[in-house]
Amino acid sequence: MAASAYDKLIFELSSPGREAFSLAEADVPQADVTKLLPASHLRKEAPALPEVSEFDIVRHYSRLSRMNYGVDTHFYPLGSCTMKYNPKLNEDMARLPGFAKLHPLAAETLSQGALQLMHELAQDLAEIAGMDAVSLQPAAGAQGEFAGVLMIRAYHLSHGEKRTKVLVPDSAHGTNPASTAIAGYEVVEVKSLPNGEVDVDALARTLDTDVAAFMITVPNTLGMFEPRIVEISELCHAKGVQVYMDGANLNAILGITRPGDLGFDVCHFNLHKTFTTPHGGGGPGAKDGDGYALDWKRPKSIGKLQAFWGNFGMLVRAYTYLRTMGPDGLRSVSDNAILNANYIMKRLEKDYDVAVPGPCMHECVLSARRQKKLGVTATDIAKRLLDLGFYAPSTYFPLIVEEALMIEPTETESKETLDAFCDAMIQIAREAESNAAVIHDAPVTTPVRRLDQTKAAREPDLRWTRRP
Amino acid sequence: MASRYIANTAAEQKRMLGVIGAGSLEELLVKIPAKARLSRPLGLRPSLAETDLIRHMKALAARNADADSHVCFMGAGSYDHYVPSPINHLISRGEFFTAYTPYQPEASQGTLRTIYEYQTMIAELTGMDVANASIYDGASSLAEAALMAHAVTDRREVVLSRGVNPLHRRVVATYCEGPGIKLRDAGAPDGVTDLEAAKKLVGAKTAALVVQTPNFYGCLEDVSAAAEIAHAAGALLVVVADPVNLGVLEGPGKLGADIVVGEGQGLGVPMSFGGPNLGVFAAKKELVRRMPGRLVGATVDKDGARGFVLTLQTREQHIRRAKATSNICTNVALCALMATIYLATLGRHGLVKVGELSAAKAHYAAERLAKVSGVSLRFGAPFFKEFTLKLPKPPERVVTKLAKQGFLAGVPLKTFDRGLADCLLIAVTEKRTKAEIDGFAAALEKAVA
Repeated sequence: MAASAYDKLIFELSSPGREAFSLAEADVPQADVTKLLPASHLRKEAPALPEVSEFDIVRHYSRLSRMNYGVDTHFYPLGSCTMKYNPKLNEDMARLPGFAKLHPLAAETLSQGALQLMHELAQDLAEIAGMDAVSLQPAAGAQGEFAGVLMIRAYHLSHGEKRTKVLVPDSAHGTNPASTAIAGYEVVEVKSLPNGEVDVDALARTLDTDVAAFMITVPNTLGMFEPRIVEISELCHAKGVQVYMDGANLNAILGITRPGDLGFDVCHFNLHKTFTTPHGGGGPGAKDGDGYALDWKRPKSIGKLQAFWGNFGMLVRAYTYLRTMGPDGLRSVSDNAILNANYIMKRLEKDYDVAVPGPCMHECVLSARRQKKLGVTATDIAKRLLDLGFYAPSTYFPLIVEEALMIEPTETESKETLDAFCDAMIQIAREAESNAAVIHDAPVTTPVRRLDQTKAAREPDLRWTRRP
Repeated sequence: MASRYIANTAAEQKRMLGVIGAGSLEELLVKIPAKARLSRPLGLRPSLAETDLIRHMKALAARNADADSHVCFMGAGSYDHYVPSPINHLISRGEFFTAYTPYQPEASQGTLRTIYEYQTMIAELTGMDVANASIYDGASSLAEAALMAHAVTDRREVVLSRGVNPLHRRVVATYCEGPGIKLRDAGAPDGVTDLEAAKKLVGAKTAALVVQTPNFYGCLEDVSAAAEIAHAAGALLVVVADPVNLGVLEGPGKLGADIVVGEGQGLGVPMSFGGPNLGVFAAKKELVRRMPGRLVGATVDKDGARGFVLTLQTREQHIRRAKATSNICTNVALCALMATIYLATLGRHGLVKVGELSAAKAHYAAERLAKVSGVSLRFGAPFFKEFTLKLPKPPERVVTKLAKQGFLAGVPLKTFDRGLADCLLIAVTEKRTKAEIDGFAAALEKAVA
């Protein structure tokens, strides 16, 4: 592919003397830092950063960008990641100087617009989740989980209970056990039924007074709604166990059902998935009389997770999105996300094994076990898809499905795109039977071909150095 | 219900349902227990058309005093530095902006290359061997450093200088709760860490000593002396530094740091009311397998061409699950990209100039403001671009008065340190002009009279 011709790093464009910056000369009497600061604190020589022109930079990074697939350019069915269209209006709003250039420690009287936005967003998210209150502070899903588990820990401790274990299904996202472990709990993995659902009888036997929480993803990581979830919540509560929902898959249930109504005590969800922000997460905004203020009088708080109030720039984007969609628009998000996923599942069920029979929610999980018998793995299929112009589904997740291909189309994709993707998947299934070489060779249209992961790990090369 | 972000028309929905073999959308929801269904529309604010929404958002934004409408002298971890124009244009390219974690490296070489460039630049600035692809912000980077020091040394205490940003120290406390890591404070009564006192706190139980330079009060710390204390006890030295200062200030790695962390917002990332920010994390190469977060490495493809991949992933949660070095998954890749383009733009000479101009203007401002009647510098130690001013009137009221004159006067320190209730923390970046500083001094003169 033509783009592959470009193989530069910014350092390799450097030419001594070139400049890309524009800074005014010093207008104060003493500008010599050697006279202002002790020599022991000063750098001995200028840092080895590139010396390039502004246009060098613009062309270099424009070219690098073309070596990526993004949602704007490619269908990106990465299951569990909800790669939907990021509306351009969100970006314009986040860049308004009143938001983008606002200092986090500006006095409350000088940041009322920001605090109002956070307050309203938290209210709306609480309504969507069926919860009493929302913290906007966590920076990402993993930090949200960490916060949730710490809150559960604080809850038990405040009731004089020192429970030590958290139950996590074997189908869970890797962050669930990792966040739980950092919060100081022993993680106990719970086996799922073959269809991915919770084995309720086994769970009931595992629940005791040493269990602090049961953490579960709804819909689950096989794209299915957990049919006995209300019963599961009740079982847990009977033993004083808190029920935590990983809301990574919230895109499936907007206005249809709510974590709070399902019996969950705590949940997190991701603004960069369901609420169309590029990356980020979730600060306190409490209404106080006629104005808005940060509420610091929370003696039982688990503390702070970020220096400031959360990823405010992302909050502006999520708020813009919510105000664009309104309640009916949001409901139609989930309806169409579910429709699109079921459509893909139906069109592919003859050529691939379906992990669990449908209907599914917002994503479907296929297994390439049939193709594997022909020597074609989930990885191979993923690479071939790149050549056919699509980013790949999530592969080998959930761990309980052999050769898993997890496909999440989202509501923002059209039927034409879904059809083109399904056609490509069917073509690959045929190729697996008749022309596997073309799959094993893939990708050939990308800037590089399959990469040597072993070499990367055995001989870590993590920074550029000038070759002698 | 039509939405401009959803393509399916009613007719298309019907055709798709026909293929699926379902009579309605409702039939796809059979697995959801009826009693758990929401039987009413969500109680949200109504949707707004684009022009109405823009009007609403602009009205909200107008209720904030920002660094365009006011002259900003605020810092404490978020700074009004120069942001070169190409950054926003380049990061807004959809191929960068709408990509995700590079699980398929062949289709993510753009992101992977920029992260490799970022790692190289951060390692160079901090004077360390390796840097990761970023953590959420400076505070969570520091917290991860504390957890990593605990894992590396198998010790359960961390000694934190009171010169470390208190907003960051609070986050460290949150993260250390679970593993039971005990935090001990080393005082900084004269604006710099009392190293004699720190030495008494650091011992056989200490996983790490943490200092920040320049510290929260703006003063420069003696990193080499701190390194000696930490290393004599077999502990790691963690240094918190603002990378935008490191064109002028020595990289902490050259002074004995084992881990360098910091808030990288100054590297071209908008203040944005405090986030998203950029957590910088760098370490010595001996520690790389205990590092949190993503790492990008160079390798070759099957034709021998250079390529880049996520590497050493056996440290990470998606592989190691409960035994991972950290729970971090999604990072702030776009902020890291902003920093990469910023550092490429400023380059070898520009970053030095940013540091020189900031320091020069800060020193001019300190001298000028300290001449105002009743106002003085609180500490005598050398400072860089930020300093602590003692005022004769309550700082909160001074800030309110000065805002009316068009100045964001600084950060009152009462909420951070009761002993400094009469103090204001002032930051001066390269963007400030002599005229702005003179105007600020004149306005302060009136406000404290």
